[in-house]
Amino acid sequence: MSRNLLIRLGSTMVTLFGVAFIVFILVRVVPGNPIAMMLPPGASDADIALLTAHYGLDKPILTQFWIWLGRALQGDFGMSISLRQDVMSLIFGRLPATLELATLALVIAMALGGALAITAARFRGTAVETGIDLANGASLAMPDFLWGLTFILLFGVLIPVFAISGRVSPSLDLPFVTGFYLIESILRLRVDIFLDLMRHMLMPALALALPLAAVIAQLLKTSLKEAMQQDYVMLARTKGFSETRVLISEALRNAVIPTLTLAGVQFTFLIGGTVIVERLFSYEGLGNMAIDAVINRDLPLIQGIVLVFALIFVVINLIVDLSYALLNPRLRHG
Amino acid sequence: MTEAYLDIRDLSVALQHSGDRLLRRVSLAVRPGEVHALVGESGAGKSMIARAVFGILPKAVTILEGQVTIEGADLNGMSEAARRLFIGKRAAFIPQDPLTALNPSKRIADQISDRLIHILGMPKAKAHERAAALLEEVKIADPERVMRLYPHELSGGMRQRVLIAAAFAGEPRLIVADEPTTALDVTVQRQILALIAGMQARHGTALLFITHNLGVVAKLCQTASVLYAGKVVEQTSVRRLFADPRHAYTRALMAATPRYDRPEESLKPASPELMGELAREVAETDALWAKERAHG
Repeated sequence: MSRNLLIRLGSTMVTLFGVAFIVFILVRVVPGNPIAMMLPPGASDADIALLTAHYGLDKPILTQFWIWLGRALQGDFGMSISLRQDVMSLIFGRLPATLELATLALVIAMALGGALAITAARFRGTAVETGIDLANGASLAMPDFLWGLTFILLFGVLIPVFAISGRVSPSLDLPFVTGFYLIESILRLRVDIFLDLMRHMLMPALALALPLAAVIAQLLKTSLKEAMQQDYVMLARTKGFSETRVLISEALRNAVIPTLTLAGVQFTFLIGGTVIVERLFSYEGLGNMAIDAVINRDLPLIQGIVLVFALIFVVINLIVDLSYALLNPRLRHG
Repeated sequence: MTEAYLDIRDLSVALQHSGDRLLRRVSLAVRPGEVHALVGESGAGKSMIARAVFGILPKAVTILEGQVTIEGADLNGMSEAARRLFIGKRAAFIPQDPLTALNPSKRIADQISDRLIHILGMPKAKAHERAAALLEEVKIADPERVMRLYPHELSGGMRQRVLIAAAFAGEPRLIVADEPTTALDVTVQRQILALIAGMQARHGTALLFITHNLGVVAKLCQTASVLYAGKVVEQTSVRRLFADPRHAYTRALMAATPRYDRPEESLKPASPELMGELAREVAETDALWAKERAHG
C-alpha cells in the first residue's frame, strides 16, 4: 500500500512538473507581453528594456523557468504583474469561492442525476424512462455557459428570483474568518447569509451541474438496468422485497462503481467550466481571476492558477480511485 | 391425503409478442414436508415454473390461465407487492448458480439476515444469531468469521451452503430449489445434495426440487413430475416412476442417464421416432387448447 502511495505521489509530481513546464513555455511564446500592457503607448525602448529586465523576461525562457521553479519549490510563486500582490495569497483568496461553487454543482449533479437514474430504472420500459432520456439528451446538448445564459434570462431577468452577479450581496456584513462563506454560514447558523449565498450561487451551480447530471443519470441508469437482471436481484425478489427496495439496496451499490469513474473525469470538466461560468455570473472565484490574468498577460498569476487547477484534477482522480476501492470489496485487499 | 401446500393448476404462460406457450397447462402439487421432483431437459420450462411460483416471470412472459395457490390463497389474484410479501414470508428459493446469486458488495451476514429482519420482523441481534446458527447447520466452520466476508472470498460450494442457509433461515414452509448442484463440482454436488436432504428432513420443509438428473430424483424425492416442452407428461410417485415409467419420454430420459457400470447402454440419444412422437403430442395439445379457447 505504501509502495503504491509512493508511486502515486511520484506520478503526481511528474504531472504537475509537466503542466508547469508546458504552461510556462506556452504563455511566453504566444503573442502579447505583459510589459506592453503596463506601459503607456509611446514608451521609449529604453523604458521597455528596463522593465523587461526588471521582471527577468529578457533571459532565455528555459533560464526563466529554472528561476521560477527554484522559487516555487520554496513556496514562492512570485508577484502578480497586474495586481502587484503575492500570487499564492491571491489564489488562496479566491480558491474557496471556486471550490464551494464546484462542490455545490457536484452535489446538485449527483442528487439530480442519481434521482433521475433511479426513477428511470424503477419505471424502465415506460413513458417515464423515455421522458427522462429526452431530458438527459436536452441537458447534454447544451454546454454549461449556455445554460448559464438561459438561467440569467429566465430567473434573473424575466422572473428575477435569483441574483445574477457576484457571490454575496455587498450590503451584508460578513463575520467570517475563512473564504469558505457557505460552510461558515452553515457552521455559524447564519440562515440569512446562507440564503443570500444560495441566491447567488444556485444558478451558476445549476448551469455547471446540468451536463454532469445528465451524464450521471444516463450512465447510472444503464448500470442499474443491467444490475436488475442479475441473479442476486432475482433472489432478493423471491425474499419478498419490493421492486424499489431491491433497486436501492441490491442493485444501486453495484451499479454506482462504473458510474463513479466517469463522473470523476466529468467533474474535472466541470471545474474547467467554472472559468467561463464564473465570468458569466461575475462570481469572484479563481476562474474569473484566470480570465483577467490572461487578458493582462499576468504570467506569474496564470502560471499559479493553472498549477492549482492541475493540482485539483490530480486530487479528484485520487479521491475517485480511493472511493472505487471503498465501494468494491473485491478491490479492497489487493 | 393431506392438502397440498403449493398447488399449481392448469398454468399456461406464453411469450407476449409471439403468443408461443412456454408452459402448457401445468398442474402439480407439493404437500407439506414432501419432496417433489420437477424433471426435464433444458428448456422444458422447469425454471419458468419456479419463477411463476414466486411471481417473477420475465417481463416478456404473460400468464394465460391457471392458478398458483399457497396455503389455499391464490397468488395470481394478489397485487405484486402483496404477493411478494406473502411468498417472502412462506417460501424460499435456492438458485442454480451460487457464483452469481450472492450480491458481490454485501457481507454474507446481511445476505442471510435481510429477510429475517425486513420481511419477518426479527430483531437484528436475533437475526444475527440465527444466521450464525444456520451457517453452523450447513457445516461452515467459524460462522462468525464467514459472516463478515464478501462472496468473492468464498468457494462455489461454500457460497451454495450460504444460499441454503439463507433459504432455511426464515423457517419457510416451502423451498423451491432450481438445480442447486448443477454449477458445482461432482464431489461438491454430493455433499450439497446430502446437506439439502438432511436440512429438509430436519426442518420438515416442503421442497420442489428442479433437476435434470434422475439419479438425484431417486435419492431425494417422493413424487415427481416429468416436464417436456412445458407440458407435464408424467406425474407419479418416484418409486413407480422408476419401476414402471409410463411415458416414452421418461424412458428415453432414463436411457440417456450415464451409467458407468453399463457404458455401452448409456448415453443413448433419443430416437428420431420418439422425437417425432413428442412433437406430434405437443402439436395435438396445442390444437386442442386453441379449439377450447375459440369456443370461449
